Amino acid sequence: MTDFTVFPDANGHFGPYGGRFVSETLFAALDELSSNYQRLKSEAGFQAEFDDDLAHYVGRPSPLYHAKRWSEKLGGAQVFLKREDLNHTGAHKVNNTIGQALLAKYSGKNRIIAETGAGQHGVASATVAARMGLECCVYMGATDVARQSLNVYRMKLLGAEVVPVTSGSQTLKDAMNEAMRDWVSNVDNTFYIIGTVAGPHPYPQLVRDFQAVIGREAKQQCLEQAGRLPDLLVACVGGGSNAIGLFHPFLTDESVEMVGVEAGGDGIASGRHAAPLNAGKPGVLHGNRTYLMEDENGQIIETHSVSAGLDYPGVGPEHSWLKDLGRVDYTAVNDDEALAAFRELTLVEGIMPALESSHALAYVQKVAPTMSQDKIIVVNLSGRGDKDILTLAEIDNIRV
Amino acid sequence: MSRIKNHLSELTTAGRKALIAYIVAGDPNPAVTVPFMHTLVEKGVDLIELGVPFSDPMAEGPTIQRAHERALQHKISLRDTLAMLREFRQSNSTTPVIIMGYANPIEVIGYDAFCQEAVAAGLDGVLVVDLPPEESADFDALLEQYELDRICLLSPTTTAERAKAIAERASGFLYYVSLKGVTGAATINIEEVQAKIDAIKAFTDIPLCVGFGIKDGDSARRLARVADGVVVGSAIVDLLSQGDTGLMKATSLVEELRAGLD
Repeated sequence: MTDFTVFPDANGHFGPYGGRFVSETLFAALDELSSNYQRLKSEAGFQAEFDDDLAHYVGRPSPLYHAKRWSEKLGGAQVFLKREDLNHTGAHKVNNTIGQALLAKYSGKNRIIAETGAGQHGVASATVAARMGLECCVYMGATDVARQSLNVYRMKLLGAEVVPVTSGSQTLKDAMNEAMRDWVSNVDNTFYIIGTVAGPHPYPQLVRDFQAVIGREAKQQCLEQAGRLPDLLVACVGGGSNAIGLFHPFLTDESVEMVGVEAGGDGIASGRHAAPLNAGKPGVLHGNRTYLMEDENGQIIETHSVSAGLDYPGVGPEHSWLKDLGRVDYTAVNDDEALAAFRELTLVEGIMPALESSHALAYVQKVAPTMSQDKIIVVNLSGRGDKDILTLAEIDNIRV
Repeated sequence: MSRIKNHLSELTTAGRKALIAYIVAGDPNPAVTVPFMHTLVEKGVDLIELGVPFSDPMAEGPTIQRAHERALQHKISLRDTLAMLREFRQSNSTTPVIIMGYANPIEVIGYDAFCQEAVAAGLDGVLVVDLPPEESADFDALLEQYELDRICLLSPTTTAERAKAIAERASGFLYYVSLKGVTGAATINIEEVQAKIDAIKAFTDIPLCVGFGIKDGDSARRLARVADGVVVGSAIVDLLSQGDTGLMKATSLVEELRAGLD
């Protein structure tokens, strides 16, 4: 089996994917970030500060919860939920922003910028900025600003400037373009906190490393609670940070199967989806080579998902590689299946999942009944659904 | 000898500076591009840089972003851009033309197929903003094989060591990005640019042209003192999109730039 622990290579490649496809001006900044990170990650002081923040500020470890009632109803495998929704700020995103804000501090940068889709990463960035007294500017597609108004207001309350991006399709990908433009213009004093495992090297590596706490905890908790490793891991994949965080510590455990669930939108056949690993092909965007949704001329096409956090035409390069190697299976579920899973978990377990995480739950709903009752599924409940209440209410024709 | 090298060395011999004009293929509409390329040549432009429309032009400021969006409304692709060049070449076989764009539209065609089509269209050089030397060994080998010049960017943040490695790979000319920022950004510090350029000139003979932030005859003249030529993009693109009179205004700007350099 491939030794997954040694990747990416020195130039940031995961097989043919990843790398650094950026304009010349950013190279020095990426080199500086790489060398700072390589140095700091092995320093006991940095790691201790990170662990301490995760324990006392984020509230880790997050529970691994055996959803007995739901498992029973599904009539097959035992389903365990990794409760990232219980983290401070309500999602896994904060694991990464804590880590990167520490990098910013140790690198002497006093301004941070971030891109955000659903607003969870923006809120997590604004949160750490507030706590550390850093200036914070969050780029958000104008379309997303409109459909995630609660998170926009949260960011503003936290003292961040939210800049609506009106270029291109006015969604997450355009917010990322704009953040890159800001970074290139203010590279001396600014630290760019990328929210997912995409972007130029070393971002896919360092975001993965910060999120891998999810999988390390889940592994230990599963051994403690069930006395053995899980049979199947399930996580939703937009950029793929919560999925890689859960999967990575298990990659060398051959008995553990893994499924990443992309946003099928109106269905893969409709073309209105956000599932590059299911229906895209390799290309170059946002500083890395990876699977993309593009047209015949290489233009990036607009994506569609009920969940703003999965509405992205690319995916982290390590996922592209894991797909090609066959180590992880990638599937997709549609908007309506995700919405049904949201309602199901809310009613059966009293836990309201984020619409992103609901994609992973929808797949569990399909696969668990096909497995025997002694099998164990760990699914990453990557965020809580409070932010999606207005979306749900609109679908239900209810005025909140 | 390549058309670029040939033309730039003639300029050097004559003691003149190169004026390089950037426009986006198909902006503000496809009918404008080829006739305006001929106008640019008539008004004294030495080399034309054709921007290839892309959905995610990460290195561009607002002016050129909008130009990409306008061209994409007409669905202008990399192949359409090469078709425009082919049409231009029917009556101009001397002016060097390069394309400036992003990696993905080239990747979709495939590096080898792209090079074949580019040569057939009469292209002279390629500048791919997001394809640095670290990622372009295969592409560079093909460009050399097809005798297409590889135009490389150098920036204020490029280290001396890296600049040397890039200069070894580059051909045609080196494109020095005058400031930390996107295209069309504000002010250039001439002294800073001069110091950087002098340092680069110490280890390479490839002509060095400066771009980003040149807006008029005056800034062109001041920068040309320290470089072999200047690249003007946003200022031309901005005027070109201004309705019926845009073409005329853009043409006068080019005349002003030429006068500023001479």
